[in-house]
Amino acid sequence: MDSVLVSDDIYVRDTVRTAVKILVVGHFAVGKTTFVGTLSEIRPLHTEERMTQAGALVDDLAGVPDKVTTTVAMDFGRMTLSEDLVLYLFGAPGQRRFTQLWHDLALGALGALVLADTRRLEQSFDVMTMLEEKDLRYAVAINRFDGAPTFPDAELREALDLLPETPLVHCDAREPASSTRALIALVRHLLAGDDQERA
Amino acid sequence: MTRRRHERALVRPHVVTGGRAHPTRNIFDLVTLMIVAYDDDLSDLSPEKHRVMELCGGGALSVAEIAGHLKLPVSVTKVLLSDLVDSGHITTRAGVPGVDAPDHRVLQEVLNGLRARL
Repeated sequence: MDSVLVSDDIYVRDTVRTAVKILVVGHFAVGKTTFVGTLSEIRPLHTEERMTQAGALVDDLAGVPDKVTTTVAMDFGRMTLSEDLVLYLFGAPGQRRFTQLWHDLALGALGALVLADTRRLEQSFDVMTMLEEKDLRYAVAINRFDGAPTFPDAELREALDLLPETPLVHCDAREPASSTRALIALVRHLLAGDDQERA
Repeated sequence: MTRRRHERALVRPHVVTGGRAHPTRNIFDLVTLMIVAYDDDLSDLSPEKHRVMELCGGGALSVAEIAGHLKLPVSVTKVLLSDLVDSGHITTRAGVPGVDAPDHRVLQEVLNGLRARL
């Protein structure tokens, strides 16, 4: 289906007044796009930005012919959670060089779900550091891959160097219930932090 | 077309945005919801702005969704939307980013909504 204009169900319900977002982050091929696609009520959308390697948005290439540019893509989907509220899920790359994109993504985000793969745990460090720099709270979800090794949670926490209060959950990004539970763990964590700040 | 004040003379104009890389206003978050405010007279709009108006005519969409449907970068989409807000064609419905942390009520509503899906 190429023409998006023929379908009515792409639109946000008339009653919705609040739109929020949660980031789904992690390294290449960790399952971000799958996770977003599993939960989204719309066909997931995709945007691309051209960026310089330094991370600035490229506004005119003619003036800077020697700059190296790259394309950064993100996938996102939508969940209508009540008459009034929609939640957007943004699957975003965890590369440090995409500063402007990260600024846009982090602005106003409720929090982030970090997807991790037990075969490549160390590749999650970069994105977790970036979230901490942006002061975005997160939970970690180990995405189950067939054939990937399993470890006790205590070992995973140590390997990922998680704070005691940071939730660690397991999910299968192909399964709606499992993916929803991972988001619930994140939002419960955000609410708990909110309570602490108010206390 | 008359030259806009934000257009820089020595830089080749960006075809879609009329030469600007940044929107005239900074009210757009990726999830700001946009709706059509006025569509009686679209005669002065560029083809790209026509596409935005055509898409948004069906109902509310976020900035990110408009970019995704039109296959445009978010940065370009923001410039187009900013112009359309300035000209009175488009307005925002919700999702303008605040400086405050997300409030407790919203988080609780998100949690309730997610639980209801299980």
